[in-house]
Amino acid sequence: MTQTAMNTTGLAEKISIRNLKFFYGDSQALKTINLPLYEKKVTAFIGPSGCGKSTLLRVLNRMYDLYPRQHAEGEVIFDGQNVLDPNQDRNMLRARIGMVFQKPTPFPMSIYENIAFGIRLYENLSRSEMDGRVEAALTRGALWNEVKDKLHSSGLSLSGGQQQRLCIARTIAVKPEVVLFDEPCSALDPISTAKIEELIDELTTDYTIAIVTHNMQQAARVSDYTAFMYLGELIEFDETTKIFTSPSDKRTQDYITGRFG
Amino acid sequence: MSEHIVSRYDEELNDVARRIAEMGGMAERLVDVAVGALIRVDTATAKTVIADDKKLDALQRECEERAIMIIARRQPMAMDLREVIAAQRIASDLERIGDLAKNIAKRVMALDGQLQSKRFNTGVEHMAQLSLAQLKDVLDAYATRDVDQAYEVWKRDEEIDAMYTSLFRELLTYMMEDPRNITFCTHLLFCAKNIERIGDHATNIAETVHYVVTGRVLAEDRPKQDESSTTAVVYQKN
Repeated sequence: MTQTAMNTTGLAEKISIRNLKFFYGDSQALKTINLPLYEKKVTAFIGPSGCGKSTLLRVLNRMYDLYPRQHAEGEVIFDGQNVLDPNQDRNMLRARIGMVFQKPTPFPMSIYENIAFGIRLYENLSRSEMDGRVEAALTRGALWNEVKDKLHSSGLSLSGGQQQRLCIARTIAVKPEVVLFDEPCSALDPISTAKIEELIDELTTDYTIAIVTHNMQQAARVSDYTAFMYLGELIEFDETTKIFTSPSDKRTQDYITGRFG
Repeated sequence: MSEHIVSRYDEELNDVARRIAEMGGMAERLVDVAVGALIRVDTATAKTVIADDKKLDALQRECEERAIMIIARRQPMAMDLREVIAAQRIASDLERIGDLAKNIAKRVMALDGQLQSKRFNTGVEHMAQLSLAQLKDVLDAYATRDVDQAYEVWKRDEEIDAMYTSLFRELLTYMMEDPRNITFCTHLLFCAKNIERIGDHATNIAETVHYVVTGRVLAEDRPKQDESSTTAVVYQKN
């Protein structure tokens, strides 16, 4: 991997990925990845389809455990603990490392319940405390003003962009430390996309964020660090400004300037 | 460099580069012709410089429009982004060089019929040759993306600066010798300043070439020899 001398003083590694390999059955999807996710920074993962970026994201909160014949080797150190440890409490892990998917996935229940559902799994709150938490999460998700008068209508009645913000609000309602975004805007129009990007900027005050995106301009806009992956390898990791103005590796350059393949 | 998946993008980038090359040739010619007209006090030729500078201005506007269009439509990244930014910068440096040549040409009109001596011109002529060589070299460096050649141009500017400082002294001395020299020598001094600034624009272009190729800004301090701002020649009564 190419990495120029980066100034990393004052940066804490929230997650350290070390010698990570990942397999779908016999086929290896990630080849010895080493990468930090810095605390309260946004790290973007870019690369052509099938390069392993979504796979990498799915390893970070053990999402792959839900599927048979998939396994990971190496270490993902999160606050001193190895995420890949078989004894890891996965439910607790997914509360601390939340995830937002490409397609909005609201639960088929009211807007209020979409938020409250996750909180109830971890905490026992009074009615009024719960109301406060739901409002706080929806406010943080930049959705409160649009839904405050219809909290009890179905989450599915919202527009695509609103549904996605509902999912983000739901994710942050359980107070995670890291939020993973897997192409959160690819099904949204430009205005909803801008709202999500604004929200991501806003979230970095409290959260460490990783985002997979096919939209290079989006990676350039929202992230502090960018990792370029290709064929299961991490090709280059650097500050976003460096990656998009003068990347070190020719493959990164070819990809981001539209010369690939 | 391999080509873009979208071939129109390549055509648009090449189109801007071609216009820069055209502007470069035109700017060199304007400086050359303007200095020739100055040496011979040839007002007819000087007028052609003034007219031709308009064409250079028009080309610069075209370059700028096309660069903006590429930014708006393609959102260039990495080296493409540097290419487009560089094209805009170089176009504006070349446009300024054209303006400086035009200013020399205008002064030729003022000098028509003034007392003059061949010896006044030697220094300016020499400086102009050096500036033109710098301009030619830096345009070559841009065309071939030769960062070493650009760096040479960048360092060599101090020679022009040093010549300008000594010419400044020399012309002041002529003016002291005989007040009838003042008009001619003052205009000549401005022409020399223009030529010195043409050299500065050549170094700007050298910095831009360095940026295009390496992605880094040339940060070190350039050696400078222009001391005319602090130079005085004391008038000695006989």
